[in-house]
Amino acid sequence: MAHMPEKLKHVLDELDGLGADERADYLVEFSNEFQDVPARVAERPFPDEHRVPKCESEAYVWAEDRADGTLDFHYAVENRHGISARAVATLLKDTLSREPLEDVAAVSPEIVSRIFGRQLSMGKGEGLTGIVEMTVAEAKKRLKDRA
Amino acid sequence: MPEINERGYAKPEFLVSTEWVSQHKDDAGIQVVESNEDPLLYRSGHVPGATEIDWAADLNDPLRRDYLDRAGFEALMSRKGISNETTVVFYGDKTNWWACYAFWVFQLFGHTNARVMDGGRTKWEKEGRDLSRNVPDVTPSSYTAPVRDDRSVRAFRDDVLSLLNDDGKLIDVRSPQEFSGERLHMPDYPNEGALRGGHIPSAKNVPWAQAANPDDGTFKTADELKAIYEHGAGLAQNDDVVAYCRIGERSSHTWFVLKYLLGYGSVRNYDGSWTEWGNSVGVPIER
Repeated sequence: MAHMPEKLKHVLDELDGLGADERADYLVEFSNEFQDVPARVAERPFPDEHRVPKCESEAYVWAEDRADGTLDFHYAVENRHGISARAVATLLKDTLSREPLEDVAAVSPEIVSRIFGRQLSMGKGEGLTGIVEMTVAEAKKRLKDRA
Repeated sequence: MPEINERGYAKPEFLVSTEWVSQHKDDAGIQVVESNEDPLLYRSGHVPGATEIDWAADLNDPLRRDYLDRAGFEALMSRKGISNETTVVFYGDKTNWWACYAFWVFQLFGHTNARVMDGGRTKWEKEGRDLSRNVPDVTPSSYTAPVRDDRSVRAFRDDVLSLLNDDGKLIDVRSPQEFSGERLHMPDYPNEGALRGGHIPSAKNVPWAQAANPDDGTFKTADELKAIYEHGAGLAQNDDVVAYCRIGERSSHTWFVLKYLLGYGSVRNYDGSWTEWGNSVGVPIER
């Protein structure tokens, strides 16, 4: 039975205990640690099939297959002011890479509202949710291919 | 780009340069305010001494689709250390969409002592100016606001309906694809829930970005703006103009241009915009 990856659960639990300003600073630190997709995986111009629909920060998602059957996730965020998208991308990369596919596939896109709180605007929320959805979709696709 | 006072604007005093902000941001009586689309951008670094006003969390009523009331605005001003005498200088991301939006909301409460920093955050960054992550300590202020007055700068759905009969001028500042109904949202942006695509009958499509220089986000000169809005879209100084977009943020930018840079006497922002009109039962739509 799938369960939330422990690293993701830990981050979400930490965020739950933070006030708005602390939460923002915590997420900015994730954004500062953002690493662009490595050249061995993709180079600009990035193909549209990796672009996150509805994301105004122009985010891209890749999943790199590992020998043990898990995935390493990689991201690009082309909007220089896309701090929130970089934070989400780094958080997902750190907490979902190399986790069992069943667990990644079971992650709910609703974690975005848990990450940012209820103040997130509708438009921004949709874009960030799209990054999670596309990440989860990569895991679902592998599971389907292997079934 | 010429200096602000050399661009022929009707009211150049409402626009300040990045250099002016750099020199005056620490002056007594000046408060720089950042308003962004991205909720983390301010805390990742901002003009030193600037405070943040978030369009969603600070300016909107948490329950109704409406803005703060008088008590809410007074409380916000107090939290931000802004008094009735403070000169508030707005800037932000997205070529100052949200800065103009916040400026516009301030006008609902008559805070006319306000400015916009030309070029916004993009120009400040491109010039290599300092950014700080220090959130300033604010001494709460005393602020007395009037009852919010929506009449002069805000339009509601029924105002727009009456304009259709009275030959008012509507400016749709969305992308051509949204205007035509091909899209229900701007390219690369989420669909924020309109059931119908198209535009309000008689509206002219002048995408907001036409008013800004693409390299640094500064406003174009008055002559360039007149060519766009007067020669291109047929507006005139004495028209009763209403600007709209999707939720009122891009149209705030155009509202600022028409009211302050070109000096139009009657310009209102329809913040209900397409998310209201495109969902309203029975209102006319053109494609």
